[in-house]
Amino acid sequence: MLAYLLRRSVWMLVTIVLVSMLSFILIQLPPGDFLSTYIAQLSASGQQVDAAEVAALEARYGLDRPVYVQYAMWIRGIVTRGDFGQSFQWNRPVSDLIWERVWFTVILSGASFVFSWVVAIPIGIFSAVRKYSVGDYLFTFLGFIGLSTPNFLLALVLMWLLYINFGVSPGGLFSQEYIDAPWSLAKVWDMLQHLIVPVVVIGTAGTAGLIRTLRARLLDELNRPYVTTARAKGLSAWKLLIRYPVRLAILPFISTVGWVLPQLVSGGIIVAIVLNLPTVGPMLHRSLMSQDMYLAGSFILIISVLTVIGTLVSDLLLAWLDPRIRYE
Amino acid sequence: MAQNTQGVEATKDPKQLRYETASQWQLMWWKFLDHKLAVISTAVVILLLLIAAFAEFVAPQDPYIHRSQFVNAPPQVIRFWDENGFSLRPFVHDYERERDMRTLRTIYTFDTDSRIYLRFFVEGTEYELFSLIPSSVRLFGTESGEPVFLFGADRLGRDLFSRVIYGTRISMTIGFIGVVLSFVLGITIGGLAGYYGGIIDTIVQRIIELLMSIPTIPLWMGLAAAVPRDWSNVQVYFAITIILSLIGWTNLARVVRSQFLSLREEDFVMAAQLMGASKFRVVFLHMLPSFISYVIAAVTLAIPTMILTETALSFLGLGLRPPTISWGVLLQEAQNIRSVALTPWLMIPGLFVVIAVLSLNFVGDGLRDAADPYTQ
Repeated sequence: MLAYLLRRSVWMLVTIVLVSMLSFILIQLPPGDFLSTYIAQLSASGQQVDAAEVAALEARYGLDRPVYVQYAMWIRGIVTRGDFGQSFQWNRPVSDLIWERVWFTVILSGASFVFSWVVAIPIGIFSAVRKYSVGDYLFTFLGFIGLSTPNFLLALVLMWLLYINFGVSPGGLFSQEYIDAPWSLAKVWDMLQHLIVPVVVIGTAGTAGLIRTLRARLLDELNRPYVTTARAKGLSAWKLLIRYPVRLAILPFISTVGWVLPQLVSGGIIVAIVLNLPTVGPMLHRSLMSQDMYLAGSFILIISVLTVIGTLVSDLLLAWLDPRIRYE
Repeated sequence: MAQNTQGVEATKDPKQLRYETASQWQLMWWKFLDHKLAVISTAVVILLLLIAAFAEFVAPQDPYIHRSQFVNAPPQVIRFWDENGFSLRPFVHDYERERDMRTLRTIYTFDTDSRIYLRFFVEGTEYELFSLIPSSVRLFGTESGEPVFLFGADRLGRDLFSRVIYGTRISMTIGFIGVVLSFVLGITIGGLAGYYGGIIDTIVQRIIELLMSIPTIPLWMGLAAAVPRDWSNVQVYFAITIILSLIGWTNLARVVRSQFLSLREEDFVMAAQLMGASKFRVVFLHMLPSFISYVIAAVTLAIPTMILTETALSFLGLGLRPPTISWGVLLQEAQNIRSVALTPWLMIPGLFVVIAVLSLNFVGDGLRDAADPYTQ
């Protein structure tokens, strides 16, 4: 177990390093460097461009040095000072802007994840046990629709329905009066209410895949001889189902966390833009549109790193639950 | 003795005999036909591809023409009957306009006494089919030559139906071309990894795992945002297609790799190698035919992902840009809740996305089942 943990952690570190390189390449991709864009912006708005400030910025980000030095400086800033660079659109350090949004993203992704499991497991079991029943067909159909509808479209339609029926637009994460209020139980409750629509929208995309997986696995298990044996011995249907086949069928289910989580985070970003949630999505979108690349690159880096960590945690969970994994 | 066995063969059920002597492809074809949903979906996909190919002919209007008197006009419904009785020839009601003096918006109602008759193969504005054949015949239109808005009009008075038809061309081709590129990447990289194994396999495996563990949308958004703003529409189109395939090849490579790994140990591969066949020959003549069906299924299942991603990127303004028309670009118009509330028909392009993706998924599902020799 310790060797497995070690191996996985080392691989995670390698992944994180590669992801950071990828993010930095993205920062570098737009033509021209950000400083010239910044200077152009300043002079366009009629402000004085301070030569000393430009020189300081140039030295700070090593713009006159080769790309790999710039990368090293960026990483060193992050690791030693928590400095992700400067956002030129907001004219503030990136680290001031992102953390609150990152937290909301984690909350939103986590809630969507729990939602998709809570919905998928009972439906998957039902679909397998009552194979080819009306309910099975209905859920399969709904699952396919969920799979084929772009997340943002679902969000739009839901918003539209709520708007024309109740006259409310469910954007944002808080009601007006709570936006700047300090944290309290009332504020948390308000947030939970606003979370429902985004969580349902983001969660459904993953749910369809999970239901299909669980149904297929469970169908395999239900035909095994041990089920017949248990039934012959007089175990009640419910007890039998939950105790043996479901437990086995859920195991590969856990390994799907690895691909469901990146999917959820991806979907969450677009949905957040449509619903105007205070998560990473809208700000990432805006920063990309205005080529505010340090901000955008930092978001991509943080989101990817969090996803990689989440995947690792789920892998370790699986290894703990299923001893066979470790000997792979 | 020989006569005897012939007799046995003759008494066999001809249906059974046909099954036993059928080729691999024939078996797959039959199995595919059993999957009713997949067959219907194939028809839908072919229809969409035909629409994409003949967009100029199918669309009743030029998708770029602005008509100020039809700004935000609601969809006209094709009717066969109204209060004035039944008509064998389909018709639509004409618009009646009123101005809301407070918001200065035009409010459209339908004049139920008027009838604008529709006809097939009417003369419309000139166009060139495939940029080659000049023509002016449209699939359908009004008798009087007046424009008809089956899906309504957008904020510039452009016909949404015609725009959706043209969007079909871009959205469907981007999926198909993107998949071809992914396929080339996937089969090369996956094939190399699976055939050689060892260190190459490990490296490829790690790269795939890396790409799969990163949320794709931010990555896609980042790459798409880096496409220079001054590029022409054609350049952007190809840039987006390449970006889609750069990240989309991983799944295909995994399928190819696992097939290679299991086939490498088969006797017929070793036999070919022992007989001195070149690596190229072993791979393309001996191994490829035995797993190509799986790859086709995987490729089909990859197309919808491409279409969805293009739609999402264009919707966010990071993918294709107007005046290029794709489903995603059209959905950009439906971005804020106020315009959706006033003109809900702007969401119709989304319906086409759902139909295309759903049917491609079913086709892929059917192909996968058909390609698997162990399903009955």
